[in-house]
Amino acid sequence: MTVAAAVPMAMEARGGGGTSPFGISWQKAMMWFFIVTDALLFAGFLAAYGFHRIAAPSWPDRRVVFHMEFITAMTFILISSSATMATAVGAARAADTRTAVRFLGLTILGGLVFLGMQAYEWSSLIGAGARLDGNPWGVPGFSALFFTITGFHGTHVAIGVLILAIAALRALRGRYSGEGVELVGLYWHFVDLVWVFVFGCFYLV
Amino acid sequence: MIESSGHEGGHEAPRGFLRRYVFSTDHKVIGIQYFLTAVVMALVATVLAMLIRVQLAWPEKAVVAPETYVSLVTMHGTLMVFFVVSLALVSGFGNFLIPLHVGARDMAYPFLNMLSFWVIVPGCVLMLASFLVEGGAAAAGWTAYPPLSALGKAVPGSGLGQTLWLLAMALFIASFTMGGLNYVTTIVNCRTRGMSMMRLPLVVWTFLISAVLGLLSFPALTAAAILLLLDRHAGTSFYLPAGLVFGNETLPHQGGTPLLFQHLFWFLGHPEVYVLVLPALGIGFEVIAAFARRPPFGYRLSVYSILVIAVLSMIVWGHHMFVSGMNPYLGKYFSIVTVLITVPFSVLGLNLIASLWRGRIRLDAAMLFALGLVSAIGIGGLGGLYLGTATSDLYFHDSYFVVGHFHFTIGTVTFFGIYAGTYYWFPKMFGRRMDEGLGRVHFWLTVTSLFPMFLLMHYQGLGGLLRRTYDPTVYAYNAAARGLNLSITLLAFGLGAGQIVFLVNLFRSMFAGERTGENPWQATTLEWTTESPAPHGNWRREVPSAHRSPYEYGRNGGAEDFVLQSAEKA
Repeated sequence: MTVAAAVPMAMEARGGGGTSPFGISWQKAMMWFFIVTDALLFAGFLAAYGFHRIAAPSWPDRRVVFHMEFITAMTFILISSSATMATAVGAARAADTRTAVRFLGLTILGGLVFLGMQAYEWSSLIGAGARLDGNPWGVPGFSALFFTITGFHGTHVAIGVLILAIAALRALRGRYSGEGVELVGLYWHFVDLVWVFVFGCFYLV
Repeated sequence: MIESSGHEGGHEAPRGFLRRYVFSTDHKVIGIQYFLTAVVMALVATVLAMLIRVQLAWPEKAVVAPETYVSLVTMHGTLMVFFVVSLALVSGFGNFLIPLHVGARDMAYPFLNMLSFWVIVPGCVLMLASFLVEGGAAAAGWTAYPPLSALGKAVPGSGLGQTLWLLAMALFIASFTMGGLNYVTTIVNCRTRGMSMMRLPLVVWTFLISAVLGLLSFPALTAAAILLLLDRHAGTSFYLPAGLVFGNETLPHQGGTPLLFQHLFWFLGHPEVYVLVLPALGIGFEVIAAFARRPPFGYRLSVYSILVIAVLSMIVWGHHMFVSGMNPYLGKYFSIVTVLITVPFSVLGLNLIASLWRGRIRLDAAMLFALGLVSAIGIGGLGGLYLGTATSDLYFHDSYFVVGHFHFTIGTVTFFGIYAGTYYWFPKMFGRRMDEGLGRVHFWLTVTSLFPMFLLMHYQGLGGLLRRTYDPTVYAYNAAARGLNLSITLLAFGLGAGQIVFLVNLFRSMFAGERTGENPWQATTLEWTTESPAPHGNWRREVPSAHRSPYEYGRNGGAEDFVLQSAEKA
C-alpha cells in the first residue's frame, strides 16, 4: 500500500482499486510478468540443450574447449555488475543523482566488458573451427547449442546495456525516478541470473 | 517510459480519424480492430476449409493438387487457431472487456496495447502472402513438425512458405506477449475500488488465466521456432537426425531429433487449447447468468476449477505424442494427468448447466449460442477421454476421430463463445443491437449442420480414416468413407451458409441496427453502467466502484430483478 500512496495520481486514474494482491505498481508487476515469460524462453533453450546432451553419444570436454579461467573472470564481472546496479538503484531511490549515474556507468562498463570477452571467446572458438553445423571436438549439437544459447543471452545483455544507457542519460538530465531505475535493475539482475544457468550448463556440468 | 503512466484516464479523447480509429490506444477500439481482423482471417480460413471438403467429396475431380491440399490443411489450422479464435476471443474480447469489467479507464499500458495490434497486422499479411510465393504456403501441418518443416526442399510448401509461416508466427507471439502482459497487469493492478479478485466476473478470471497460460507457454514455441529457423537456414541439426536421405543424397545433418520439436511445440500447444477454450467458457457464464436471470452456480468452485485446469494443462502435453515414441511409464503419467483434467472441466460444465436451474430463461441468440457451447463442451470432452488415454489413442491418433474431437472443442466451443459474446456485447461495442431474427437463423443453420458434421467425423475416425490425406479412397479400407465424406461436405456448405447470415447481420447492424441504451439486457456487471457505445475513458463520470458480487440477478422479482455491481448496499 505504500506504493499506492506514493503514486496517488496514477492510481486515481485507474479507478483507485489499489495494488493488491502484490502491492507493487503496475509497471513493476508488468516487468515481473515479462521476466517470467522471458525466463521460460531460456528454459525452452536449455531444455533443448538437455535433450541433446542426454541423447548425444559423447560430449566434448569443457577443459579442452574453453578457457576456463577467462570464463570465470567474465562471469565474475557480470555478477559484479549486478552489485553496481543494486547500488545505482539505491542511489536513485535516495534521489542521489551523482552516485546513481556513476554506478549506472559502472554497470554499463561491466556489461560491455562481458560482451567484449564473449566476443573474444566466440572468435577463438570460431578460429578453432567451431561452426553452427559442426566443430572439431565431436557432436555438432555442442557448438550449435553453444552459439545459439550464448548468442541469445549476449543479445539480452546488449539490450540491457542499451536500456541502461538510456536510463543513465535520463538520470543525467534529472528526468528519472527510483522506480524507473529499479525496473531496469530488475531486467539486469534477470539477465545475470540467466547467465548463471547458461554458465552452469556449458562450463560446469 | 515510466513517466508516461500518469496520462491515461484523465486525458482528452484523441481527435482526428487516424488517432481515433487507426492508431488508437483506446482498448475498445483495439478490441474491435482485433475482432474485425479475425473476421477477415476467418473468411480466408473458411474458404480453405471449403476447398478441403470439396476435394474430399469429389477426389477424382482433383480440384486441388496434392501439394496444395496439404497447404490448405496447414493454413486452415494455423489461421483458425492463432489468427481467428485467438485474435477474436482472447485479444478482441479480452481487450474490449477487461478494463470495462474491472473498472479501469484503459489498459495498464495503452501504448503497448496499440503496438501489440500493429505487430499482428504484418503477421496476418505475411501469413496470407505465403499463398503467393513460389511453392505456396507452408505444408507441414499447423504443428510444423520437422523434418517436413526443417528441410527447405522436402515439399513445395517447405520452402519460402514455411519461412514466412515462421516469421508470421514470431510476430503473432510477440503481439500476444505484449497483449498478455497488459491483460494480466490490468486485471491484477488496475481494478476499481471494491473490486476484489472474488468479485471479478468469471469471464475476467478466464481472461486472466488464459493470458497467464499464454505467457508461460508461448516462449517454448518461440524457442522451438528459433531452433527450426536455424535448422532451415544455418545448417544446424537440432531436429534432424543422421542418415536422412533426400533424392539420392544423404543429408549432412546429424545428432538431432524431431522429438525435441514435438515436446517444445506441445508444451505450447496444449496450454494454447485452454488459452482459447477458457475465455469461451467465461463468456458462457456471463451470458447464461444474464439470460437465466440467476447468479452462476458455484462461483468459487468455478474459479478454483479454472486454476486447477491451468496447472494441469501445463503438464499434459505428452498426450499428443503417444505414438511418437515415449517411455511407457511416461505415457501412463500423461494419460493419468490428462484424464484428471476431466474433473475440473466437468465441474465447469456442470456449473454452467446448474446455472440454468430454476432460471427464467430467455432464449435470445446470445443465449442460444451459450447453450450450444455447453453441449459442445460435453461432446468434445467425452471424445477427449478416448484420446487422452494412451491405449485408445494409439488407434485413434491421426484419424478423423481427432479431427472431429478438436473441432468440437477448440472449434465449436470457441466459435460459439465468440458468437454468444458478439450478440451479447454488440450493443456496448456499437450502441446498436444485432438483428434477433437473423441471429436465430444463424444459430439453427449452424447447429443443425455443425453437430452432425463433426459427429460423423468421429465415426469415420473409428473406421480408421486418416486425416491430412489427399485422397483417402485410394486405400481399399477407406473406400467406404466416400459416402460419408460427401455428406460431411454438404453439411459444411450448410455451415458456411449459416456464417454468411452472421456476417450480413454483423455489418448491417453496425450501421442500421436498433439503437440501445446503457443496459439492454438488464445485466449487472460494470460495463453496463456506462453509455453504449462507451466513451473514451469508459465512464464520463467517476469510475464506478464495486459494492457487491457481479451477479445479483433474481433478487427482487418483478421487472427490476437485478442489482448493478456498482449499486451501494442499503
